[in-house]
Amino acid sequence: MADAAAQQVFAPWNAPEAKPIIQFRNVTKRFGDFTAIDDLTLDIHEKEFFSLLGPSGCGKTTMMRMLAGFETPTEGTILLDGQDIAPVPPNKRAVNMMFQSYALFPHLSVWDNIAFGLRREGLDKDRIGNRVEEMLRLVQLGKFAQRKPHQISGGQRQRVALARSLAKAPKLLLLDEPLGALDKKLRQETQFELMDIQETTGTTFVIVTHDQEEAMTVSSRVAVMDHGKIVQVDTPDRIYEEPNSVYVADFLGDVNIIRGKASRKDMGADTDHVHIHFAEGQSPLWAATKRDLAEGTEVALAIRPEKVTITRDRPTDRNNAIRGKVHDIAYLGNISTYHVELPGGQIIKAQTANTRRVARRSFTWEDEVWLSFTDTAGAVLVD
Amino acid sequence: MRRFGLISVPYLWLLALFLVPFLIVLKISLSDIELAIPPYTPTLDLSRGWEGFTDWASQLDLENFWFLAEDSLYWKAYLSSLKIAIVSTIMTLIVGYPIAYGMTRAPDEWRPTLMMLVILPFWTSFLIRVYAWKAILSQEGLLNQLLMGIGVIGEPLTILNTNTAVYIGIVYTYLPFMVLPIYAALERLDESLLEAAEDLGCSRFTAFWLVTFPMSKQGIIAGSFLVFIPAMGEFVIPALLGGSKTLMIGKVLWEEFFSNRDWPVASAVAVILLLLLIIPIVLFQRNEEKQREAER
Repeated sequence: MADAAAQQVFAPWNAPEAKPIIQFRNVTKRFGDFTAIDDLTLDIHEKEFFSLLGPSGCGKTTMMRMLAGFETPTEGTILLDGQDIAPVPPNKRAVNMMFQSYALFPHLSVWDNIAFGLRREGLDKDRIGNRVEEMLRLVQLGKFAQRKPHQISGGQRQRVALARSLAKAPKLLLLDEPLGALDKKLRQETQFELMDIQETTGTTFVIVTHDQEEAMTVSSRVAVMDHGKIVQVDTPDRIYEEPNSVYVADFLGDVNIIRGKASRKDMGADTDHVHIHFAEGQSPLWAATKRDLAEGTEVALAIRPEKVTITRDRPTDRNNAIRGKVHDIAYLGNISTYHVELPGGQIIKAQTANTRRVARRSFTWEDEVWLSFTDTAGAVLVD
Repeated sequence: MRRFGLISVPYLWLLALFLVPFLIVLKISLSDIELAIPPYTPTLDLSRGWEGFTDWASQLDLENFWFLAEDSLYWKAYLSSLKIAIVSTIMTLIVGYPIAYGMTRAPDEWRPTLMMLVILPFWTSFLIRVYAWKAILSQEGLLNQLLMGIGVIGEPLTILNTNTAVYIGIVYTYLPFMVLPIYAALERLDESLLEAAEDLGCSRFTAFWLVTFPMSKQGIIAGSFLVFIPAMGEFVIPALLGGSKTLMIGKVLWEEFFSNRDWPVASAVAVILLLLLIIPIVLFQRNEEKQREAER
């Protein structure tokens, strides 16, 4: 029974009775003529690990700074636990932030940095001491307590910044590009540490990042932003598998976009599928979609390279098969990406796992090959 | 070898312009006064060879230093200089810190102009500027005219030829030396540190005391030494703005040298002043080194 409860999926955003911890209601933020956030409405729930993902200048940092209190919305309201936070100054909010630059106080030791926020609350010495020790254990920095920030490594500084922002046990922790300054290997390790810490403390995390892999790894939900608007909010797998626009599909990972005209003429009673006529002289592609598409609508089929199979002979078990010529091969060690040129000149990427040694790979440049994928492999998008 | 050549240039420079003159002054301080040209004895006569040298060396003594120790005028002058230097350093800090802070808070496009305004006085002769203060501070000066004009005072204030005028002069003259290092320290301050402090529960004011102020400490120390060291030996300002009661070692030195023509005693005063200043100079150097280390 306990197991069943533990197995229950964490998805408060689907529960209609769940009360969000943060609510953006029609929030707009302008800096002079520039609109950083454009009429944005969004709910974030307790214990979520929520990512704001987007290119630089998309407004994600502005959203975070409004939550921290360093910016106020031009229009609309932001509620924290049902309370409008606009009149609350940053030093009175139950929100803490971990800065992109870490913003550790260079003149204070690691210990004093972590104790900084607790001292402002006027707690007694013992309680501050205990809490700091607890935080040092959490981020495994006990040995470095007396060091100054410039005497420790980048990864350690990142953990001090995290410990300092968690020390006051905020309702909400904001992380601004928390792993941006770390090298790739350390970043991947730290992502899992972050998730562990988030789970241990039960704090709601909102993270700003431009690194889609990071967002996918750590988040319960991801909001993909563009030009001050949220384009899509969903769980990482749904964002990846079922993007709602070409922008989202293109922003997350690698994708092939095949543009064409939708048709259901030859489908008969089957309303779950659609034909996409994408090129002269090519048979139409089959794609699964429940969308109501008028005859001849311009659509884009977004399909991930790893869902495209490359073979020498035409596969018989799939509706979608296109003939092409290997134009380029990108060898990445564990996988290879084949760039296949269709007769019309379009390039389609197909990815295969390199389970055999390269010397024995089946295809090489200029080989005639068949690309194939299932009806459900791609997402049909309308712009 | 090339590297050695490169380093030797500044060292030769220092040797010729600092060490050699200092050794000459040191030698004169160990000599006796004499009505002659030059006005001291002994002088080294190398034509007599080794004997000439030993003869010369045997006549040198510490008599002048004993004299300085016995006459209370001198150590009182040292103490008074010390007091004036310390007080004016503190006043320069009180005036200079807000200026430096204001400059870093000013919009970016204003900063070069403000910086220019701080440096601008250096373009005029120091003497002319101190003379200008005479015109401002005298009984019929601009300041008294202004204060009487707006009715704050009925009688003109006596400021010129007092220690107050000396303090005003020193604060005015050395203000840029205080402002620039503090500005440099504050300008490097990352804005996000203050945001972090606020985020962790500080008000703007406590954030200033807990972050901005300690982080500008190096600049404050550097600026204070840059004011204190020259103020200690200051001669022009007390001579022009101070009165007969203003006792500063720079003035005493000048009088020994030019009024009494007692070069040996004047040299002894200078040697002791230098020895006294070595302490703050060494401390200053150490502060600079510490700062460089922290930045690495």
